[in-house]
Amino acid sequence: MLKGKKIQTVGMIVSMVVGMIIAACLAPAAVPVTSEEPAAPVAQTTAKSTLDIVKERGKLICVGNSALPGFGFLNEAGVFSGFDVDYCKALAAAIFGDPSKHEIRATSASERFTVLQSGEGDVLIRNTTWTMSRDTDLGMNFGPTTFYDGQGMMVHKDSGIKTLQDLNGASVCVQTGTTTELNLADQMAAAGVTYEPVVFETADEVTTAYEEGRCDAWTTDKSGLVSRQTILAEPSAHEIMDVTLSKEPLGPAVRHGDDQWFDIVNWVVYATFTAEEMGITSANVDSFMTTEDPNIKKLLGLEGEFCAKIGLANDCFVNVIKQVGNYGEIYNANLGPDTVFNLPRGLNSLYTQGGLLYAPPIR
Amino acid sequence: MQQIAASQARPPFYRDERVLGVISQIVVVGIAVGLLSYFYSNMVSALRNQLGVAINYGFLRSTAGFDIGESLIAYTRSDTYLRALIVGLLNTLQVAILGIFFATLWGTLIGIMRLSTNFLVSRIAAVYIDIFRNIPLLLLLIFWAQAVFFKLPRVQEALILPGPTFLSNRGIAIPWGVPTDSWPTYRLILLVGLILAFVVARLLQEQGKRTGRMPLLTLWFVVTFVVVGVIGWFVLPQPLTLTTPELVGFNTQGGRVFSQQFLALLTGLIVYTASFIAETVRAGIQSVTKGQREAATALGLTGFQTLRLIIFPQALRVIVPPLTSQYLNLTKNSSLAIAVGYPDLFAVAGNTILNQTGRAIEVFSLVMGIYLFFSLTTSLFMNIYNQRIRLIER
Repeated sequence: MLKGKKIQTVGMIVSMVVGMIIAACLAPAAVPVTSEEPAAPVAQTTAKSTLDIVKERGKLICVGNSALPGFGFLNEAGVFSGFDVDYCKALAAAIFGDPSKHEIRATSASERFTVLQSGEGDVLIRNTTWTMSRDTDLGMNFGPTTFYDGQGMMVHKDSGIKTLQDLNGASVCVQTGTTTELNLADQMAAAGVTYEPVVFETADEVTTAYEEGRCDAWTTDKSGLVSRQTILAEPSAHEIMDVTLSKEPLGPAVRHGDDQWFDIVNWVVYATFTAEEMGITSANVDSFMTTEDPNIKKLLGLEGEFCAKIGLANDCFVNVIKQVGNYGEIYNANLGPDTVFNLPRGLNSLYTQGGLLYAPPIR
Repeated sequence: MQQIAASQARPPFYRDERVLGVISQIVVVGIAVGLLSYFYSNMVSALRNQLGVAINYGFLRSTAGFDIGESLIAYTRSDTYLRALIVGLLNTLQVAILGIFFATLWGTLIGIMRLSTNFLVSRIAAVYIDIFRNIPLLLLLIFWAQAVFFKLPRVQEALILPGPTFLSNRGIAIPWGVPTDSWPTYRLILLVGLILAFVVARLLQEQGKRTGRMPLLTLWFVVTFVVVGVIGWFVLPQPLTLTTPELVGFNTQGGRVFSQQFLALLTGLIVYTASFIAETVRAGIQSVTKGQREAATALGLTGFQTLRLIIFPQALRVIVPPLTSQYLNLTKNSSLAIAVGYPDLFAVAGNTILNQTGRAIEVFSLVMGIYLFFSLTTSLFMNIYNQRIRLIER
């Protein structure tokens, strides 16, 4: 009895040791990573490029939102629409010449980075704020900002709240996994206001809690407030406070390590800015095909091989403009005066009109 | 002669069952460890080469920067991620311990009701069990949060119950004692009282064994403790002062607030787990043979006495092992707190910290490790308890 047990124990120990040895042989790549050693971002040369993967798959996968009307929203018919969705379409149009060759992988705010990092999606276009820690810690590269936003706060109209100081002792609903959670803490600390944060995972839960009076205020990006206000039970009973808690530049992001793919995302976005600047729209792009303006000829692929430099067909920007539109068209279709949101362009105007949109030249 | 005997006893190693057994174990463990370390090194090298990030727990020491709605310890946005993690952990413990306590009471009651000879009582219990055991917990939690607690009056129109207790859709605010300067000393006195109560109970037990007349141990234990506590209260200048909640601005201030999120999670967990515990209790009681009950009746024990002295001690042996898994389930299920906005371990770490730092592997390994630790500790205590109550065969 005792002997059998002893043999078993010895067997266990021996098998552990042998297991370790086998493991060590099987896994030669098991480099011990110490915390002091800074990780060097090494470009993967052997693996396939993202562009090749996308082309082989036959469609682009964008990590997106399904619950933010105007930016990324899954409607009753099961179709995604919105500002971010249109940028996904623009990328698909540039790569395949067909904007429908895309798929939106809808995620929560908290899982979006992991989905991008693990390669489940090719590009993250999900009202994501560009911050330094996300840019560095998460192994991501942020493309040009497509929407300059700022964090705001919505309150019940009858509460009489006007400033952050009025919120002393109040409960504030906020969505987890967003920069808003941090900005709220920072701004309230700066204003010397004590409050009770109530944190939910989805925007739907946040708005329900706010509407039921669980919270006195709720906070997110101003565009998000405007967009969600339209689907509250009684939109007119609420108002957005005249305070801005933070800068929120929203834009697309890609994984580190594939510079060509980063270039594609950058220049497709810039092409939409440039097209608006030059007055080229989806309706009139064909009439520019005979133009003599060298700047327009470069954008439309009639001179030079700019699209080819990023690995695409030379008319890639033409497809973007023709099939999706320039920046202004994308904006107006989703957020402009003809929509329920009616968001003024503000900072999101071209630099020529006092905004911040400024694309580097294509040449 | 001896050699022949030895070779008969030991076949060649490739036919020796024991040797083969050891070899096969080596192979299985080797493959398992090899696969796991292959996956791990693959993950590490992919993170390193493709994203340029390395696994590193150092972020736990940096400033968290976010606020947490409720906390058992002092916490502000300038504290570290580690402290935020501990806040979440304590919140989980709070809901798990209270949940286990109340679910056991409630579940036992329902389980006994289920066996009642009174038709109405046993039917009510049966309906309760069948309903709550068969609804997904997440649904129940959202039901409690959105259909029950949200629908309470707004805080400005809160129901004021005697106390005063404020009942609103922000939670329940009750009067609560706030420690004063003498509280640390009073805490020591309570500890002394507890030790004294143990000693008294032990001595009485010894005496009871000698004389054969066992005194009411629990009663004496409580009496000793209370006497020491009351004496201490009057000797010291008021170790606690009572604060009562009142409505100031947007919320109630003073007293102790049990938030709507906490209550929704706690009630959901209790109601759900109690239905399972009730079935466990019923099964345990039914496992005690009819003869035991008949013998107890023949000896002249009342119904309650039979239950307490004869049936329950024997039923416990059947109840405890499945009860352990219910306790584990309750603790693990408390991670659904994020659905109702309660900042438990998973909500704080698995969502907020993960998002602010993006360190998925580090955060999840920590959170999983902590839940594993909770579960194994619960199991350990329940196994010790099980050892103590099992049938001692002579």
